[in-house]
Amino acid sequence: MTDAPTHPLTRNVRPDRRPTDMAAYEANGGYNSLKTNIGQRTPAECLEIIKDSNLRGRGGAGFPTGMKWSFVPMDNATPGHKYLICNADEMEPGTFKDRLLMECDPHQLIEGMILSAYTLQADIAYIFIRAEYHKAIGLLREAITACHEKGYLGDNILGSGFSLEMHVHVSAGRYICGEETALISSLEGKRANPRAKPPFPQVSGLWGRPTIVNNVETLCNIHHILEFGADWFQALGKGEDAGTKLYGVSGRVKNPGCWELPIGTSIREIIEDHAGGMEDGYSLRGFLPGGGSTDFLTPEHLDLAMDYGTIGKAGSRMGTGTMIVLDDKTCPIGFIHNLTSFFARESCGFCTPCRDGLPWSAQVLESLENGDGRPEDLETLAYQIDYIGAIGNTHCALAPGAMEPVQSALKYFREDFEAHINEGCCPYERSASGGAVS
Amino acid sequence: MPKIRIDNQEYEVPEGANLLESCLSAGLDLPYFCWHPAMGSVGACRQCAVVQYQNEEDTRGRIVMGCMTPVTEGAIFSLTGDKASGFRQAVIESLMLNHPHDCAVCAEGGECHLQDMTVMVGHRDRRYRGLKKTHRNQYLGPLVHHEMNRCITCYRCTRYYRDYAGGTDLAAMASHDHVFFGRHDEGTLQSEFAGNLVEVCPTGVFTDKTLVGQYTRKWDLQSAPSVCVGCAVGCNTVPGERYGKVKRVHNRFNAEVNGYFLCDRGRYGSGYVNSDTRLPYPGMRGAEGRFTALNHHDALAEFERLTVGRRVAGIGSPRASVEANFLLRSLVGSDSFAPGVSEQEQPSLQRATALMRSTPARVPSLADIESADAILVLGDDVTHTAPRVALALRQSVRNRAYELAADMKLQPWQDAAIRNLAQEQRSPLVSVTPGSTRLDDVAERTLHLAPGEIAEFAFAVAAALSGGDSAGNPEAAAVAQMLRDARRPLIIAGTSLCEEALLDGAAAVAGALVSREADGTRAPMLSLVVPEANSLGQALLCGDDAPDLATLTARAEAGEIETLIVLENDLYRRGTGEEIDRLLDAVTTVIVLDGMDSATCSRADLVLPAASAIESEGTVVSMEGRAQRYYPVFVPGDERHSSLYWLLCCLKAADHKHFVDINHVDEVIAACASAVPALAGIVDAAPGGSYRSHGVRIPRQPHRYSGRTAMRANISVHEPKQPQDEESPLAYSMEGLNRDEPGSLLPFVWSPGWNSNQSLHKFQDEVGGALSGGTAGARLIEAAGPTTVPEAATPSSIDAATLELIPRPAIFGSDELSARSAGVRDLMPDAYLELSVADAKTLGVEAGDGVVLGGSDTAFEVRIDPSLRRGCVAYAPGLNGCIGLVPRSGVSLSMAPDWKRRDADLIARDGQEGSLS
Amino acid sequence: MTELIPALSDSEIAAIDAEIAHVPYRSAVAIDALKIVQAHRGWVSDESLRAIARHLEMSAEELDGVATFYNLIFRQPVGDRVILLCNSVTCWIKGCDKVQAAITENLGIGLGETTADNAFTLLPVTCLGACDRAPVMMVGDDLHQDLDPAEIEKALSGEPNRD
Repeated sequence: MTDAPTHPLTRNVRPDRRPTDMAAYEANGGYNSLKTNIGQRTPAECLEIIKDSNLRGRGGAGFPTGMKWSFVPMDNATPGHKYLICNADEMEPGTFKDRLLMECDPHQLIEGMILSAYTLQADIAYIFIRAEYHKAIGLLREAITACHEKGYLGDNILGSGFSLEMHVHVSAGRYICGEETALISSLEGKRANPRAKPPFPQVSGLWGRPTIVNNVETLCNIHHILEFGADWFQALGKGEDAGTKLYGVSGRVKNPGCWELPIGTSIREIIEDHAGGMEDGYSLRGFLPGGGSTDFLTPEHLDLAMDYGTIGKAGSRMGTGTMIVLDDKTCPIGFIHNLTSFFARESCGFCTPCRDGLPWSAQVLESLENGDGRPEDLETLAYQIDYIGAIGNTHCALAPGAMEPVQSALKYFREDFEAHINEGCCPYERSASGGAVS
Repeated sequence: MPKIRIDNQEYEVPEGANLLESCLSAGLDLPYFCWHPAMGSVGACRQCAVVQYQNEEDTRGRIVMGCMTPVTEGAIFSLTGDKASGFRQAVIESLMLNHPHDCAVCAEGGECHLQDMTVMVGHRDRRYRGLKKTHRNQYLGPLVHHEMNRCITCYRCTRYYRDYAGGTDLAAMASHDHVFFGRHDEGTLQSEFAGNLVEVCPTGVFTDKTLVGQYTRKWDLQSAPSVCVGCAVGCNTVPGERYGKVKRVHNRFNAEVNGYFLCDRGRYGSGYVNSDTRLPYPGMRGAEGRFTALNHHDALAEFERLTVGRRVAGIGSPRASVEANFLLRSLVGSDSFAPGVSEQEQPSLQRATALMRSTPARVPSLADIESADAILVLGDDVTHTAPRVALALRQSVRNRAYELAADMKLQPWQDAAIRNLAQEQRSPLVSVTPGSTRLDDVAERTLHLAPGEIAEFAFAVAAALSGGDSAGNPEAAAVAQMLRDARRPLIIAGTSLCEEALLDGAAAVAGALVSREADGTRAPMLSLVVPEANSLGQALLCGDDAPDLATLTARAEAGEIETLIVLENDLYRRGTGEEIDRLLDAVTTVIVLDGMDSATCSRADLVLPAASAIESEGTVVSMEGRAQRYYPVFVPGDERHSSLYWLLCCLKAADHKHFVDINHVDEVIAACASAVPALAGIVDAAPGGSYRSHGVRIPRQPHRYSGRTAMRANISVHEPKQPQDEESPLAYSMEGLNRDEPGSLLPFVWSPGWNSNQSLHKFQDEVGGALSGGTAGARLIEAAGPTTVPEAATPSSIDAATLELIPRPAIFGSDELSARSAGVRDLMPDAYLELSVADAKTLGVEAGDGVVLGGSDTAFEVRIDPSLRRGCVAYAPGLNGCIGLVPRSGVSLSMAPDWKRRDADLIARDGQEGSLS
Repeated sequence: MTELIPALSDSEIAAIDAEIAHVPYRSAVAIDALKIVQAHRGWVSDESLRAIARHLEMSAEELDGVATFYNLIFRQPVGDRVILLCNSVTCWIKGCDKVQAAITENLGIGLGETTADNAFTLLPVTCLGACDRAPVMMVGDDLHQDLDPAEIEKALSGEPNRD
């Protein structure tokens, strides 16, 4: 056994980001966990460890992974397949962490998936990946082939009696595919409309069978936890949450990037130390802590720990953990108009508030940004936030997520909205045409 | 039943229901779009939002969708609070962003669910300042008009068309606010049930194209409860009339029969009433051979003169009412009354009737059919012979999905969840027919056999069920096992193939299932499809001994018939030209009562114009044995009268002892019921003419009916007295109450605030359930007498050296009346013959070539059905050119000389159109 | 009648059938099949779509409903190389509109348009997951990062990207 790592997810990420191949991966302890768990521990034991580890989903919602898995029927009462799906459809604006994991260390994901599938007794696994990630697609396919050669995938893995097929499914686009039930619809060859829950995919998912969908980063943790234990994983985190997290910063900072840090690292440390602080001549107005569908936080929140609970209490969500920074020279209305137009375009068109409400919001924001705003537009926006913004109002979480930056912008940057209306134009130098165009 | 609280009022609601249906059933107005009582919930439109509170202490609550929320004991909701009503307003406001607001010129106007819901939520002021999105509309054929710009994207159309009706050529395209519902390219919608889109669409995207060109607002239509006479299913309809024309036909809900949906023959097949081939006046053929128009007094005098005291025979009609047939039979005597079907059909019809009356299995309603969990179809392509049955079967095969859902504690209304769970898993349906059928896509297995072979197969299944040796027929053994495993197995057969043994075989299978009923949990069903609206009524009236056309011909040729009275029947559709000519040549006088000109009319000496089913009252007996009454929607124009009137007048003039005191429709019905025990139940089909709702007759006109004084102003400014209806409980008036009446008397649906057909739930105690006033119709053959199960029978066979001519009816064309309606006529193919691949090869022909039947010079286009049993040649009865073909006869075919392929001068196009097979 | 639907090529059929092998019913591979044919033909014409639908035993409508849902299935002809320009929020902050303007100036096409010589089609795309190097775009299969509007020509010329 190798020494327990402090940066398990990125231990094979090289500065030049060259991918780690099978030999290099194994040389660094890769597939140890596979060998020491499959056939050695029972699936139920593995599930207990995952539950004990307090791992929470890294895709954005932060749902405890072990609990999610525990809903999968294990009695095998009904014959048929069970599925594990890796959600590698990274499209959340401002999010660029899964790409890093897949391009630099494809075997890590595959080992994580094999052990996840073993725990769930899933016999077919899919990696649902966006088509633009050409490099990752190629590397994952190579890695799967290499695993077959080694006997890590396929029938009767390492003589354990456990078999797993793994496929890479390349998506045909659309942000909504990142929603787990929409992803399942898409994998079935259908329009990617999300599905109402219940029933949850754990009991009725892909082709009506029990299915687990997890994010890349979540799955990359699994074999580490099974190898080094729940206590090790718990200890990696700084606060209540366990493990490490890939944090990213983009926008006008000196050193945009993505780093694996203990979960619960302070925002200030991430933005100022790792991202190098703001670019010269720019100062921080606010930031979206975890991708395009999280609420703004402001400089007053810099000393908060980046973990699920703390960010939640501050009125936002940790989301994907990749921050988008708003500087003082960028128009906040233009910023949220860009986001709202993006979400309007990426609506699947199934439910009314999302399909027709988001374009309406985008239109109001466009008027404001163009200087055509009217004082009553702010009421309309508030009305739309009420209408679209609550989970449950819509069929899935896309539209409520889309409203998060809008509602917090209205809260923190109200003077900007008023200035646009009063001055009849965008007061920022760089008046953006940033609306996403369909 | 759980108790829930809505706005501080307690309600007891059905277990397992969702909140939306519970609210509607409780009489609360909760707006909705995407939910449909027959299609369940998907949660797309978000219109039925309510606020749910966790408990007494919860003051904020959260928004939930009524249609997606199961009701549970003690749940607390608010419909009327600001939070819920504000949300519902926002939904409408955003739905209306791109709506064209073209209500004034929209055929949906005045009965638009979107209009109603907009008013209901109180949305008025528009805040959106952007441009509206627009779409290009598509040509979708002669029946359905497409105006996508009105779309509110509720997905009901594709859910109905694809998920419910099995259509494949309508889909949601694109995404976000560009979603478009249409076809891949322009063209006629291929589903035989496409017309329901008109009623399913909550706004004016899909409208009735035959109405659009001459449209009348719903509130200006005069309507009455009617029954479709397009086939034997007996779907309940609401035809709407204005200016003496039938403007459109809507569905009339009947929980046991058609539910919420019609087929397109039924919806669009009433145009014949407006046809210019309708007969306006009685006509008497003069010496020079020309008709002279008569007024109805003179016509009656002629009718009496040519009938009374003469040797008279009558030919009835399976498309005329029980009453009219009964009167003609009374006039001519039962020995001289033929039911009016072909020689080949008559024994099958009589056999089917006898089997239905003697089978120990249940003769199912459509609702029963939908509950079947294993189906064996023998012979018929029901989409074409009893279309609405096919739509019901598409629901039966979903029972497997509901079983799976029940295991997961999903309620049947959780539509999307159940479809995702079950995917392609269906209850088994096995189709044993001569060729491909429209239900093949949901069939677990299809077998293609000749009619006689199908009968043998059925008996093999019956034998396997009875424990006989089935080793020699594994297919039959498998089907037997499938039926044995089912709780509600259904056997369907029909008379369309004119094969009595096949009907016997079907009854034998059903009988064997009943006798195997050890634990009492299995409820087998036997459904026998008969061809026409009143085929079964006619068979019940005539009994087994009625003469057929050949018998009448023989008697006529023996000089025993002077006058032949033909009731609503074109005899040339019932036999070959030579046969009918022989009959008509052999009698002195031919009297025809019919609505439209026909080949038989051309041979008549006296023609009396008969009112259509939409202009008269009568009873028809459906294939389920359900007697149902239809009522005149409007008073027929010119000198048209119901056949019942003409015949009753004649009977009274003849001083017929039973009819001297009979003056009213109800008395005719009673006389028929007492004279024919099998028809005793028709009295119960609907209340008599003396029924009053709240003391007054039921109005045929909505209370907003307008322009009554002006309607005839172009003719005369003096408004005539409204016609009085002395026969039925309905009035030609807007005065009275359309409320609380029996289901059989519901002339239209409307309720305050609910102008569209969605108001139906105001006439149901439980939304989606039976009408509050009871389900229309009376079943005549419920658990009749001692039961018998047929022994093996010998199917008819033909010389193996020849091809066998198989009738395979077509939904658009095989029915005489609907074929004269504009929309249906446009969809009728020219005459064709279907061949198997092997026979086509032997003949050296391909699809699109022409062939002639041995001896004749009529050429038919060749179609190839790759599934068709070798040795069978199929034709669609009723199509031009197919009239007079003899079903089940042996024929020889040869290449047609001088045949010009229809595609010869067309530039070949790609796509499905390219294949004629 | 003459069958004018361009039959799927053997290699297309082989690739589609390989996908069919591991799904429960044929239409489940709709998206894979569309992508396979698009990879061979550049886009999915009506004729191609009908040919795929027939092979998958589904209606053209059902397949078109799927095809038109996804932004990376091209139902109209596209240029030899498709430029996927990220205009999501980080790239917007970093000036993707200037990049777009530079492309338009360079190639004479706006979003959704194809150059007259059929070399390029310019399309917007969801966040490309390279926000640390914004603004970014893809030209064909190549990711171009840290785009400078002044040097857009280089990225378009097919020069290897600076990854």
